[in-house]
Amino acid sequence: MSAYSTERILPVQAMSSAATAPPSVDKVDGFSRKSVRKAKQKRAQSSSQFRSQDKPIELVQLPLLKDVSAQEQPELFLKKLQQCCTLFDFMDTLSDLKMKEYKRSTLNELVDYVTVSRGYLTEQTYPEVVKMVSCNIFRTLPPSDSNEFDPEEDEPTLEASWPHLQLVYEFFIRFLESQEFQPSIAKKYIDQKFVLQLLELFDSEDPRERDCLKTVLHRIYGKFLGLRAFIRKQINNIFLGFVYETEHFNGVAELLEILGSIINGFALPLKAEHKQFLVKVLLPLHSARSLSLFHAQLAYCIVQFLEKDPTLTEPVIRGLLKFWPKTCSQKEVMFLGELEEILDVIEPTQFVKIQEPLFKQISRCVSSPHFQVAERALYYWNNEYIMSLIEENSSVILPIMFASLYRISKEHWNPAISALIYNVLKAFMEMNSALFDDLAATYKSDRQREKKKEKEREDLWRKLEELELRRGIQNSDGIIPT
Amino acid sequence: SAGSCHSVSSSGMAGADGDDSLYPIAVLIDELRNEDVQLRLNSIKKLSTIALALGVERTRTELLPFLTDTIYDEDEVLLALAEQLGNFTMLVGGPEYVHCLLPPLESLATVEETVVRDKAVESLRKISHEHSPVDLEVHFEPLVKRLASGDWFTSRTSACGLFSVCYPRVSSTVKAEIRQHFRNLCSDDTPMVRRAAASKLGEFAKVLELEYVKSDIISLFTALASDEQDSVRLLAVEACVSIATLLPQEDLETLVMPTLRQAAEDKSWRVRYMVADKFSELQKAVGPEITKNDLVPAFQNLLKDCEAEVRAAAANKVKEFCENLPEDSRETIIMTHILPCVKELVSDTNQHVKSALASVIMGLSTILGKDNTIEHLLPLFLAQLKDECPEVRLNIISNLDCVNEVIGIRQLSQSLLPAIVELAEDAKWRVRLAIIEYMPLLAGQLGVEFFDEKLNSLCMAWLVDHVYAIREAATCNLTKLVEKFGAEWAQNTIVPKVLGMANDPNYLHRMTTLFCINALSEACGQEITTKHMLPVVLKMSNDQVANVRFNVAKSLQKIGPVLDSNCLQTEVKPVLEKLAADQDIDVKYFAQEAIRGRDYDDDDLEAPDITLYSL
Repeated sequence: MSAYSTERILPVQAMSSAATAPPSVDKVDGFSRKSVRKAKQKRAQSSSQFRSQDKPIELVQLPLLKDVSAQEQPELFLKKLQQCCTLFDFMDTLSDLKMKEYKRSTLNELVDYVTVSRGYLTEQTYPEVVKMVSCNIFRTLPPSDSNEFDPEEDEPTLEASWPHLQLVYEFFIRFLESQEFQPSIAKKYIDQKFVLQLLELFDSEDPRERDCLKTVLHRIYGKFLGLRAFIRKQINNIFLGFVYETEHFNGVAELLEILGSIINGFALPLKAEHKQFLVKVLLPLHSARSLSLFHAQLAYCIVQFLEKDPTLTEPVIRGLLKFWPKTCSQKEVMFLGELEEILDVIEPTQFVKIQEPLFKQISRCVSSPHFQVAERALYYWNNEYIMSLIEENSSVILPIMFASLYRISKEHWNPAISALIYNVLKAFMEMNSALFDDLAATYKSDRQREKKKEKEREDLWRKLEELELRRGIQNSDGIIPT
Repeated sequence: SAGSCHSVSSSGMAGADGDDSLYPIAVLIDELRNEDVQLRLNSIKKLSTIALALGVERTRTELLPFLTDTIYDEDEVLLALAEQLGNFTMLVGGPEYVHCLLPPLESLATVEETVVRDKAVESLRKISHEHSPVDLEVHFEPLVKRLASGDWFTSRTSACGLFSVCYPRVSSTVKAEIRQHFRNLCSDDTPMVRRAAASKLGEFAKVLELEYVKSDIISLFTALASDEQDSVRLLAVEACVSIATLLPQEDLETLVMPTLRQAAEDKSWRVRYMVADKFSELQKAVGPEITKNDLVPAFQNLLKDCEAEVRAAAANKVKEFCENLPEDSRETIIMTHILPCVKELVSDTNQHVKSALASVIMGLSTILGKDNTIEHLLPLFLAQLKDECPEVRLNIISNLDCVNEVIGIRQLSQSLLPAIVELAEDAKWRVRLAIIEYMPLLAGQLGVEFFDEKLNSLCMAWLVDHVYAIREAATCNLTKLVEKFGAEWAQNTIVPKVLGMANDPNYLHRMTTLFCINALSEACGQEITTKHMLPVVLKMSNDQVANVRFNVAKSLQKIGPVLDSNCLQTEVKPVLEKLAADQDIDVKYFAQEAIRGRDYDDDDLEAPDITLYSL
């Protein structure tokens, strides 16, 4: 328990402003974000729980809370909570109109009541509140309308019962934030099972619901110390299932946002569990096809980790290099953006450890035929801190970069890239002119040596294949698996 | 094969060729370490070549340890490696050394990436059969245990797939341990592992002794089927089929049915979907009595489910379910329990549901017989033929043969025609394409008179469709019709219209004439081809459009085999020669091709070098 109490988590505003304003990624992205486009007609869906209802629903209209005496209020409050457990079918827009409206106004009243009232939170109210919330929000999410729902292209299907659901969420958040709220009592009802169901809802297609869930989970994480490890573990499982099994989960960005605020509060030295989370869960998330939907939040989490513990830099960068996109240029630009964020906070001692594989990759990016990738990589040379690191280590970096820069400076189809390359070469020349001249002088012979090596390889393989053929004939009973 | 492996180990090393030094391991390993991923990948894919060069002993002592130590590569390289190692038994010296392959495969079975892990497990399963019973206990089973108690979920997930291959061949003490490990994984902390265990539950049950199926498997099955995660519960449904098949009938009611009933009413639609999807298998596994008492009401509920996904899956199974009902009560059950639900599905709000139903509903007619079909099913067919969704109508039309056998197609033809006409003119070309494909079937069912009267004009209209794929399909359709109705019919109905298009102002239509001739000449025979088709083709060699002219050359090549040699010499050859001197390079090329392709007797037509023309 003591380990948890040292853990500090950021308020939700702070974390969302940090995470929703992605730093340098968008700046250079020439494509407009599709998600910003104006919403077209939105479809609605309802939870998967309604079989056709036969009878209309009748609720007894109760008096307003403010109209009864203070002694009667707790009793009436409970009654209203019970009434709000009644669910309505919102796909049928004509049924139970009056009762739907009554529940809506009752929920509104409850929201106000928990915000302003004092002394309403008796021990008996906790189970009733949790029951009412559970009844309303916990449901099997319906199948997605389109098989290949692309969150970037398609409009999300909105939750039909939102008029009620929104108020339930709001009520619950106010309840959790209420000054009288006592986690020691609530933990009997807000338990692991509750949290698990809550986490499943993050797959909701409705962004409004995910936003509410984010706040709810953040508050629960903050107030229930005993649930923290459990919540982290379940988020792990969701992410791992997302990366390695389904490739589908709508709430990754929201969960990462919460994690962003959690990581910030991790106590030092970092526990092995947290490091494992970084390396085995957060890094593989980079390989997801839908990375663009949560990349800003993910990069924020990564940088948070590195600011906490700089010794993690090497495994993180190696991880990024492992998952480096092979074919998707858009993702490559995102990776380069994230890498720059990391380089912004890198310690020179860590930089030295990783510079070789790192600049081999950067050298590949610089010579990418996709000009946005090349451009994004070349922008590193405008970053003063990165420049200072390159300068300190030019004897290592320049030989890695030289060949691609030299070749591309003559060949790249895009004049803007050629110009940028020229500037980079110039910078290198000024940095370490002796080495630069050496490399320029040996460029040709180096290429020839490479070609020779290539030919030797081919020879080797030819000989090996001849051998295999001979063996194949000698042992026709099948030594060679074919 | 043990004999062959000895001969390999004695003479199979590179040293046998006297040039051992040619392939020092370092050089080969350098290849496997190449900085360029693509080259590394290529080398790994040729790992067997490298192993062959090294010989079995050095493969065991040097190559495999190297591979085991360097399993920190790109997933793609690892995937190739995992696959290679599954075929490596002979290259390490045969079955007696196969266990040498376990260390690298064990590491591969623990990596993060699912495809790599799955491939490693696949290879492990493969080589497990090559282990002797002793080696299996000494080498293989300890590996399974290590994986099953690994720290990270990946190794435990991989372990799930390995229990069933070693269980049948180990001693009873080891068997008990394996069962214990499997039990542990079924209640693992991480849902990924429970999912893996649940997906292997059926497979594992099959290799267990019946007493353990009853004692162990059933409790695991019950637990997994009520897991908190629906992704685990739905996998238990799959296992249910295997488990029910293994148990004697009298145990099914108490051991399996409570769980299956619960799954059919699960709160998650994914689980119910799975039940619907596996319904026929379940039905066969539990037998006729339970089907009558339990599955019929369950199936009714699935057909009425609140989620369209579930209804569609169930609708897909309607025919199979009815077919497999016990014969004595089949008709009663269908008429009183299933048909009312089916009727409702015909007017379902979701088109996937209707279309799933339409793809199987016609099959019910054979089961119910003539009278019931006419009275009860026909109205449904007719309703679906008028459905707003083209896929529904298509599915009905594509299954017409089932009804034809029972009541004859005349009952339907009145409604059929408008449906076909509408599909034939659908705005989506894929729909038009689909209906064209059913034309030969329809023609066969409806007979030549009906066809001539009602459908022939449609078939001709498709020839001038503005989408090439439709014109192409229409051409192909004509061939099939001629095969069905004969050459005389072709000459009277189709050929005149096809040849008429040769004078069309649109060159695409003129080309369609040529394409039709290509397709029809063989089916129509020599006389029609020579008398009616050839003159038109030859005349088209004067067309203004080069595309038409080179298609003339192609057509002449194509119909050549149908013509007699006299006709080829006197009529075809001069035209091809003329085209071979055409001003258009493509026309020249194809005319030359045609001349070369035809084996003319005289050799004054020496084929000139093509390159001369392209200069």
